[in-house]
Amino acid sequence: MSDRTAGIRAIAGKWLQEGTVEAVLGWEQGTYRDKTAPVLVRKAEEVDRLVFNERCTNNLMTYLKRDPVRSLSTVGIVAKGCDIKALIGLIQESQVPREKVKILAVTCPGVRNADGKRPVKCAACDVNTPVFYDEIVGEKIASNPDRAARFRDVEALEAMTPEERHRFWREQFDKCIRCYACRQACPLCICSRCIAEKNQPQWIETSAHPRGNFAWNLIRAYHLAGRCIECEACETACPADIPLMLLNRYMAKVVEQSFGYEAGRDPQAQPPLRTFKLDDDNSFIL
Amino acid sequence: MTTEAGGSKAPAAWEPKIVAFICNWCTYTGADLAGTSRMKYPPNVRVIKIPCTGRFDPLFMLKAFERGADGVLVSGCHPGDCHYTAGNYNARRKFTVWRKLLDFAGIDLDRVWFSWISAAEGGKWVETVRNFTETIRAKGPFREYGEMIDVR
Repeated sequence: MSDRTAGIRAIAGKWLQEGTVEAVLGWEQGTYRDKTAPVLVRKAEEVDRLVFNERCTNNLMTYLKRDPVRSLSTVGIVAKGCDIKALIGLIQESQVPREKVKILAVTCPGVRNADGKRPVKCAACDVNTPVFYDEIVGEKIASNPDRAARFRDVEALEAMTPEERHRFWREQFDKCIRCYACRQACPLCICSRCIAEKNQPQWIETSAHPRGNFAWNLIRAYHLAGRCIECEACETACPADIPLMLLNRYMAKVVEQSFGYEAGRDPQAQPPLRTFKLDDDNSFIL
Repeated sequence: MTTEAGGSKAPAAWEPKIVAFICNWCTYTGADLAGTSRMKYPPNVRVIKIPCTGRFDPLFMLKAFERGADGVLVSGCHPGDCHYTAGNYNARRKFTVWRKLLDFAGIDLDRVWFSWISAAEGGKWVETVRNFTETIRAKGPFREYGEMIDVR
């Protein structure tokens, strides 16, 4: 058992014993060796189910929007630095009261995807040692972020002509089966009734034809502009391997360049599309 | 295939179809001024009144393209003139990211125009609609979007 797993169990056990939290959300060993699964531990004697290893890829903050967790008065969450960024976004938007959540942060040397590779978010990570938490376990890890890694693929697409880009996305979106796994996995897609479900009028065509897929995928990315914290949960969940992070990272790039804002940093900050400046770019408006 | 009442009539020449989402307080009143002043402008524009540019949702634009629009114009009060104080400032940020996203998806930005036209600028409304119509006419119909429904 690793030090981190032991540390998590000790603190989670203490919180549950003392009644600081009603339950602790964390990872447990999955059915297969290389997988972990989310678990909601409600009793102190069950904390031994909690684990932490490099397969703890999922962002558990997405469970904050689900009823079993939403109905709790207090909840402890085991979280990596990147996961905590999502919580910061939820606090900013008044979706989760800060005092409801106890953050059990864990230092993280990087995780692995199902294929064993390190995700881009780990290469670009600057929060290997989380900075926003209630308790922290694991020895401190200095970050050495490759910040350019975030936009490498985006830039390749930007270099194409609009026609080439259109063809590229047409091919990618053609694969979409409209399962909405991207939305379900996303910790920041929080609407209890999504625009894609509204049918009077039906704004987004529900059939998985290219036109409906275009509308869905563009609107999903647009609704996350300035909010996405690049946890890659959508892309990991996508059964059709659509490079959704290209869209999300492009939006992040536009927001950084236009409004000088990066998501998931400061719980007090105003999200960029909820505010404005008098001297925002006006050059494209006649 | 639907046939027109005349039956053997040749299909009418293509005309640009432009949908304009314009705010109640400035651009709509400006367009009204153009009308009451008997100014002439192309009849290609279909006006949809919205309370404020802050009400504009990108889905309006996608829906217009889905239904066969060749161009979409969004217009409202100049910065500082919003009837609701800041609706247009908020809208401007949304326009910025949405426009970039369309570009990233390979949608031709010449088909998506934004403008600020005040209640006194009937002339600017006429000029904007005229320029936009001519731009779209030169580009031809926007089939790429509306026709993405075909099955491979």
